[in-house]
Amino acid sequence: MGWFTSKKKDIPDVFVKCTGCGEAVYNKELQKNLYVCPHCDRHLRMPNDVRIEFLCDENSFQEFNASIMASDPLGFSDSATYGERIQKAQEKTRSKEAIITGFASIEGHRLVIGMFDFSFMGGSMGSVVGEKIARAAQASLDHNLPLVIFSASGGARMHEGILSLMQMVKTSQAVAKLSKRHLPFISVLCDPTTGGVSASFAMLGDIIMAEPKALIGFAGPRVIEQTIRETLPEGFQTSEFLLEKGVIDMIVSRPEMRSTMARILSFFKQKDGAYYAVQPSR
Amino acid sequence: MQSNQAVDALPFEQKIVDLEKKIRELKELSDGEHLDLGPEIEKLSQKLARLREDTYQNISAWEVTQIARHPQRPYTLDYIRNLFTDFVEMHGGRQFYDDNAIVGGMARFNGEPVVVIGHEKGRGTDEKIFRNFGMPHPEGYRKALRLMQFANKFQRPLVLFIDTPGAYPGKEAEERGQGEAIARNIFDMSFLKVPVLVIVIGEGGSGGAVALGVGDRVLMLEHSIYSVISPEGCASILWKDVSKSKDAANALKITSRHLQDLGIIDGIIPEPLGGAHYDHEKTYKAVREAISKNLAELKLIAPDLLVEQRFEKYAKMGVFVDEGHGA
Repeated sequence: MGWFTSKKKDIPDVFVKCTGCGEAVYNKELQKNLYVCPHCDRHLRMPNDVRIEFLCDENSFQEFNASIMASDPLGFSDSATYGERIQKAQEKTRSKEAIITGFASIEGHRLVIGMFDFSFMGGSMGSVVGEKIARAAQASLDHNLPLVIFSASGGARMHEGILSLMQMVKTSQAVAKLSKRHLPFISVLCDPTTGGVSASFAMLGDIIMAEPKALIGFAGPRVIEQTIRETLPEGFQTSEFLLEKGVIDMIVSRPEMRSTMARILSFFKQKDGAYYAVQPSR
Repeated sequence: MQSNQAVDALPFEQKIVDLEKKIRELKELSDGEHLDLGPEIEKLSQKLARLREDTYQNISAWEVTQIARHPQRPYTLDYIRNLFTDFVEMHGGRQFYDDNAIVGGMARFNGEPVVVIGHEKGRGTDEKIFRNFGMPHPEGYRKALRLMQFANKFQRPLVLFIDTPGAYPGKEAEERGQGEAIARNIFDMSFLKVPVLVIVIGEGGSGGAVALGVGDRVLMLEHSIYSVISPEGCASILWKDVSKSKDAANALKITSRHLQDLGIIDGIIPEPLGGAHYDHEKTYKAVREAISKNLAELKLIAPDLLVEQRFEKYAKMGVFVDEGHGA
């Protein structure tokens, strides 16, 4: 039992209930602790502005393509229209879409960075997310910079139908272009990374890292359990599980993220400080 | 119905079936009793023709889904046997095991050597299980990729048939990197320096379809579907009610007509009235013509240009509003 006992389920803002151990954590303490639960070390979902603050050099982040917004190409509607859902998500998150992209630097290493926002419609990838990733990759090419993307996504956005499925191809090809130019792409998988995102660009990193205990997989655990009619073992589809299976390179906790990223980025630099600008001869 | 085997009608075709039965009965009666029911039969036959036209013209996305999944529809191996010669099946991705949900190998089309690959659902209980209902594990995609690289190495065009409910959502599939296998195929297909012709012949189920779906030309049979998620899956997630699959099918815009309107596919191959399963020969003829025409056109494009155009094509996919001025 922790230092705090609450009979109430949810006290917004002041306390946050850890999704890992269920303990209530003082919100300010959680923020100070990079949204890592002090009781169970669970890496909770964190707002992008906080991630930028602890990861990037001060004031180095310059967002681009912030104004691209979803339209409703299919006229999709279930219990609400897609347009209404977008509007609601924008009001809730104060973001325009499920990813932000821009230039930044980490310990002096310049890079192009993208960060998913899971609170925006489950971080789902539709046309806007696809386009922003493609443009981020293009910015990497234009400026000879590495690309780093932090993923947190339930997968393709159903409300855009086939168009969202095609974003798997579009984003994979975007990072394929970097690969051809020998520019590094580092993929960081956060909780959760599933569906179409886990079956496209996010699995194509030169380096794939994951935050501890993140849920990572193509099919969701519930779908698998329904298909095979058995309960999945504890820890199935976690970062630790994928590391053991050889699917990812490493697990990096938040306090280590900045220094690890800097060390990795420096590996790719040439003596003159530039990343590969031209295809090296073999 | 020209095939020897009787076609199993779908629920929405019940009125047609009833009318056909009535006409058949009248014909028998007419023969046996020396009664002339000719005019009546003629009237009903005309009515039947109209009913058929109406039924298939105003077909819903959910009804198309049922046609796309019809077990008597031609499958990949049917197309391989009927449109290609000298097929030599190749097996395995050289890893773990041979996934029989995907078939492929070298063959000749109009005498020209090609590599043909596709999902195979299988017919009859035993074969369906053997084929895992056309739902591949990662090894299936790695097998397909190996064959694609084989085609690339020996400069043979690729013909790919898509027909899958989706990638298999199983425990082992996850353990062996289902997502990575699909992503890798998309990545490597993008760089293939040979013509890649993709044809959706039945179900184009999500990531499982895309893993074979990056092509210079992507065609769909008229009554096939191609979707980010199955109507049932979408209904259970967004409507929280699987009985709303019909609504989901409609909302997802999964028919060939919709995909053409959205600029995702490059052409539609017409099917016989009611669907490919009503007349296999007619279907094979239409598919043969489509392959001939598209391969002939793609052969004229330089390999580097094929790759460049493949990138350009997918880069354009997406609909959004951009009011800003970029970076």
